[in-house]
Amino acid sequence: MRNKYSVFSLIKNALSYHENWQRAWKDPNPKKEYDAVIVGGGGHGLATAYYLAKKYKMNNIAVVEKGWIGGGNTGRNTTIIRSNYLWDASAGLYDHALKIWEGLSQELNYNVMFSQRGVMNLAHNLQDVRDLKRRTHANRLNGIDAVYLSTEEVKKFCPIINTSPDIRYPVLGGTLQRRAGTARHDAVAWGYARGADAMGVDIIQNCEVKGIKRNGDSVEGIETTKGFIKTKKVGVVAAGHSSVIANMAGLRLPLESKPLQALVSEPVKPIIDTVVMSNAVHAYVSQSDKGELVIGAGTDDYVSYTQKGSHQIVEGTLNAILELYPIFSRMRMLRQWGGIVDICPDASPILSKTSIKGLYFNCGWGTGGFKATPGSGDLFAHTIANDEPHKLNAAFNLNRFVSGDLVDEHGAAAVAH
Amino acid sequence: MFLINCPYCGERDQQEFKAGGEAHIERPKQPTELSDDEWAEYLFMRKNIKGVQFERWNHAHGCRKWFNMVRDTSNDEIKAIYKMGEKPPAQ
Repeated sequence: MRNKYSVFSLIKNALSYHENWQRAWKDPNPKKEYDAVIVGGGGHGLATAYYLAKKYKMNNIAVVEKGWIGGGNTGRNTTIIRSNYLWDASAGLYDHALKIWEGLSQELNYNVMFSQRGVMNLAHNLQDVRDLKRRTHANRLNGIDAVYLSTEEVKKFCPIINTSPDIRYPVLGGTLQRRAGTARHDAVAWGYARGADAMGVDIIQNCEVKGIKRNGDSVEGIETTKGFIKTKKVGVVAAGHSSVIANMAGLRLPLESKPLQALVSEPVKPIIDTVVMSNAVHAYVSQSDKGELVIGAGTDDYVSYTQKGSHQIVEGTLNAILELYPIFSRMRMLRQWGGIVDICPDASPILSKTSIKGLYFNCGWGTGGFKATPGSGDLFAHTIANDEPHKLNAAFNLNRFVSGDLVDEHGAAAVAH
Repeated sequence: MFLINCPYCGERDQQEFKAGGEAHIERPKQPTELSDDEWAEYLFMRKNIKGVQFERWNHAHGCRKWFNMVRDTSNDEIKAIYKMGEKPPAQ
């Protein structure tokens, strides 16, 4: 039984110098057999386990994670949450997630610090203006809040942006989704882990998958560094390493894994109270609650699993940041890192069954998976429990690369690619 | 970021180059006879190996010639570079 977090538990634990807080989740050894195993203990994997236990009463399940939970892309992204995607299928998927975000802290009894501070996307050339206006209309037809802003309105909403017409990439306008914002990424993983653990899910860290055992066209179990685990259902949520797991099962996926970089500055007083994305120049800025500027850059163009990325990528991003925000010119950057993102040819995710019975993949989120964490978990849990996709993720099947029915968000959704 | 030994220009900074993806994917000889599955395999499916991978690169801001590279994607170490049309080195 989990103790409830509340102001009273905070006071009670303060009296004992915060030394007696209950463990948030157990540290079990794997059982011999589970009804389902989720490979990958990031936000999406833990959310999948949480909804499998909660909505589909599958409590005899495990999450296996090769490192520690939330140590991959969950802890490496720039925490932006929005749902202003162009196509109907994407709008349905991402807004489903946004609706869950709005009540997530209450549901998990864990403060994920979801902050609807708005996300603004800037237009820097005439094609951007046309694309963003089109996307605004498409969003509104899908019931997603979106407004188009003139240059003056952009300046009013975020006064530190340089809207001078003389700069290399002048601000010609922008879009604003007010329901969008940020959340504390670690808390999302920890909140889902605590919730799943309380319903009996085994979260097994430092347990790397080494092989997938098949009997003909069905899954029989997985080989791990902690021994063989028998199971009929395996849900793979391994982000940048999805192809590595797929190769173990003899599958090929339409993915390429590339480093995506981010960096944070030294902490300063509140200066930017929204999220500004500038896709044409690959510059994304927000400010964390600690006061650091959180800056996202672009991906490298080559396949790599190094979690580093090239220097010229961050250099290009910081050039753009300095031109758009001259006030940041004397800020010092504290940390830089890379995460490995798995990118699909159409830049849309895959939440799908495969040709192998009992093997499911949730991957291809590319540069923007964090925002979808709750929705992705919910829909993937539905897919695993029913062996059929939910109508919201039916379009994101693996077979779309054969049928040609792609969800082509590349560039169209004002996403970084 | 790493240095790449262009077979035509010598050692240059990686930012002069453009990565061209997996190498040795042969264009189907009889495209009209291909099934949808075979097209998907040719167009979209990639090995995306963590480890030694064969790739095409282009010296985009140099001689603009294409060549092949054998590279370990787990640490970005370049194992071999050879010209287009040459046989890949045995690994």
